[in-house]
Amino acid sequence: MSIFDQKYGRRTVLKTGSALAGAAAIAPMGFVKGAYAADFRNDPGNSPTVTFGFNVPQTGAYADEGADELRAYRLVVKHLNGEGDGGMLNTLKPAALKGNGVLGKKVEYVTGDTQTKADAARASARRMIESDRVIMFSGGSSSSVAVAQQSLAQEMGVVFMCGLTHANDTTGKDRRRYGFRHMFNAHMSGLALGPVLKQELGTDRRAYHLTADYNWGWSVEDSISKTTEGLGWETANAVRTPLGSGDFSQYITPVLNSGADVLVLNHYGRDMVNSLTQAVQFGLRDKQVNGKDFQIVVPLYSRLMAQGAGENVKGIYGTTNWNWSLTDPGSQAFVKSFGAEYGFPPSQAAHTCYVNALLYADACERAGTFYPPEVIKALEGHEFDGTGDGPSLYRAEDHQVMKSCLVVRGNANPTNQFDLLEVVNIVPRSETTYPHDLYPGELGPYEV
Amino acid sequence: MMSVPAPQKDMRMFLIFVVVVLTSPIWLAPIGAGYPQLLQAFAIFGIFAIGFNVLFGLTGYLSFGHAAFLGAGSYTAVWAFKLLSMNIIPAILFSMVIAGLFAALIGFVCLRRSGIYFSILTLAFAQMSFNLAYSVLTPITNGETGLTLEAGDARILDPVYENAAAGGLPSPNFFGLEMADFGGYAGVYVCFAVLILAFYVYLRIFRSPFGLKLLAIKSNQNRMGYTGFNTRPYLMAAFVISGIYAGLAGGLMAVTDPLAGAERMQWTESGAVVLMTILGGVGTLFGPLLGATLIEYSENIFSAVNKTELIEMFSFLGQDGAAAMASVLSLFVGEGWLLTLGALFMIVVIFLPGGMMQGISIINERFFSKKPAGDGEKPGAGKAQEV
Repeated sequence: MSIFDQKYGRRTVLKTGSALAGAAAIAPMGFVKGAYAADFRNDPGNSPTVTFGFNVPQTGAYADEGADELRAYRLVVKHLNGEGDGGMLNTLKPAALKGNGVLGKKVEYVTGDTQTKADAARASARRMIESDRVIMFSGGSSSSVAVAQQSLAQEMGVVFMCGLTHANDTTGKDRRRYGFRHMFNAHMSGLALGPVLKQELGTDRRAYHLTADYNWGWSVEDSISKTTEGLGWETANAVRTPLGSGDFSQYITPVLNSGADVLVLNHYGRDMVNSLTQAVQFGLRDKQVNGKDFQIVVPLYSRLMAQGAGENVKGIYGTTNWNWSLTDPGSQAFVKSFGAEYGFPPSQAAHTCYVNALLYADACERAGTFYPPEVIKALEGHEFDGTGDGPSLYRAEDHQVMKSCLVVRGNANPTNQFDLLEVVNIVPRSETTYPHDLYPGELGPYEV
Repeated sequence: MMSVPAPQKDMRMFLIFVVVVLTSPIWLAPIGAGYPQLLQAFAIFGIFAIGFNVLFGLTGYLSFGHAAFLGAGSYTAVWAFKLLSMNIIPAILFSMVIAGLFAALIGFVCLRRSGIYFSILTLAFAQMSFNLAYSVLTPITNGETGLTLEAGDARILDPVYENAAAGGLPSPNFFGLEMADFGGYAGVYVCFAVLILAFYVYLRIFRSPFGLKLLAIKSNQNRMGYTGFNTRPYLMAAFVISGIYAGLAGGLMAVTDPLAGAERMQWTESGAVVLMTILGGVGTLFGPLLGATLIEYSENIFSAVNKTELIEMFSFLGQDGAAAMASVLSLFVGEGWLLTLGALFMIVVIFLPGGMMQGISIINERFFSKKPAGDGEKPGAGKAQEV
């Protein structure tokens, strides 16, 4: 063959080839040594610090939530390290944290952008795990991203504390041993919203769903329509809309002709702001259908969205995980230190991220180690209070927190620019609890 | 005109390339890039970009739709994992086959036009595929949520006891060697091995009479026609080859991370590979690889820097100085990293139309070379590329 002339003869090529193969075989050893010396991935060992990874959407439809989550994470790191006023460290019961970091190690953090895309989120999370050596990562808006990161956590053996994710799948069919969710879910929204809808809108309604077309939207649509059908409502139609569509007019026009008298918007973030604003602009709320006032319901509400939609949210019902106007000591402590730091009250996304990171730190302290299986066992079946959610339980079977949640209504007469949601009902844990095998799934092993 | 370098010179170059790739975890570590996820991304986007260069660099046909093949490859690989086996071999082979067929289909229509019309047609097809994957084909692609492995998948070629393994999902493996083994470096070296093979094939295409004919199409398609060549089959072959490369890259994405989402078909991915190729040097042998590495590096490193880190970095300027510096620079990092990329792209296109390879060859000529450049793909090609 012409490429193997005298200068680069067969022997040279063979020799070089075998030398290269040897080099390739040895090359990884240098890096892997560290990984095997430790008992588990990213063991902080004798290092005086430990690193958390915060992976939030900084761009895309959920960027506002992401920004607020990041603020909460910065705050929780401060509080864990004993800076600031301590926030919920003072109200969490039982509490093992002392305000000297976690297990005596100062907490540091790195951040990443999930772009609200599963791919980008996993790439960013892998960077945190492989390059920045984080012991735990947390964050997220969007359930598809949360589910993707949770399975990564299981593969990698690094605990993931879910941020804002409301789909049933996260702790249902896609539950993972290394993933934990503090936020409530679509099923709990349905349980909470049912009685209020029955009282306010009656039992004879026709509902039309507009649903964000991914796992979260599907599960809200499913849970809410089951609830309303249980009340005796009919479901006129359920239309899927792509995530991040700016213009919903083509989806809203058919609502008027469908004979429906309730529009259920299974949207979140900027999608909800846009669809709600457009629905109101189309005059849906001024209509009379079947002799009743046309109503709009937003199953998952947040103050950030209410702020975006402005006047349009007045009188619209929905559920939320938490609201800053709550008066229990945990909520008050959190709102006070968040307000002192940033000058405005936190959103539900900030709350759930703050609490979940705090619970992880607390579990490490209680377990006396960062070794993930022990930390996981410390979280499973853990009863706690003082986080603004009433007495709560981290359920061992599906890693879902059982806690109270709120039914809210857009405030008709806000007293200030943040007073946008009026709490109609605090639904206690006893009413939102559901059997853990309702959405069956497998957690997977402790050791990976 | 391009002079083809002597074969032994190519062989030497190829061996150097192999050494550089295999040792990259060592020499990339000091700049913070020596970790598995990024190394895999270098290899995967490198494959994507060299495949794209076979079409764009050699024939001059600018496709804006290559993400469609990337996505098709990813979906195929995940389906191969779900239905056949967790072994990566069928996944990779099928992703190449399906992407190749898909490319033949799209190429058959698009190659009837050239220039801007070809670009727009490919863009339209890619956007169509994206929308199909995103909504209409949800049963196959699982839409926005993305296609993932599930415990109940068939995996007909895998032994049953593996399927029943308590709880956790199986992970992609190469005859038992799991991609996550050796702290993720197993996956990295699988990608490197595929990159080296792919690069060897690519090198041979460049040096073959077939490659020369593609270059001839680029310089004057009409004249090719007059000399009696039917150019369509050559174009078609180049298009399908680059589609197969894109499918291979997509398949590897699924191998290293068994998940496929519609966003891989979005036009931004098609745009990214165009950027990589132009940034590195269109039509040059190594340019696309360099471009891919640079873009992936900036995406992963710059996007992770936040303002607090910048303030620490410039703390030697005093508190006010550091804050001022950080507030300016923070526009270019974190979510603003695309701004950095845009600025870099403008600088390269304005001052080095032949891409980074042109820059390298200028440096080479000025400082290291005594004889005038005649090194084939380097400076001469830089000029030849300015169509």
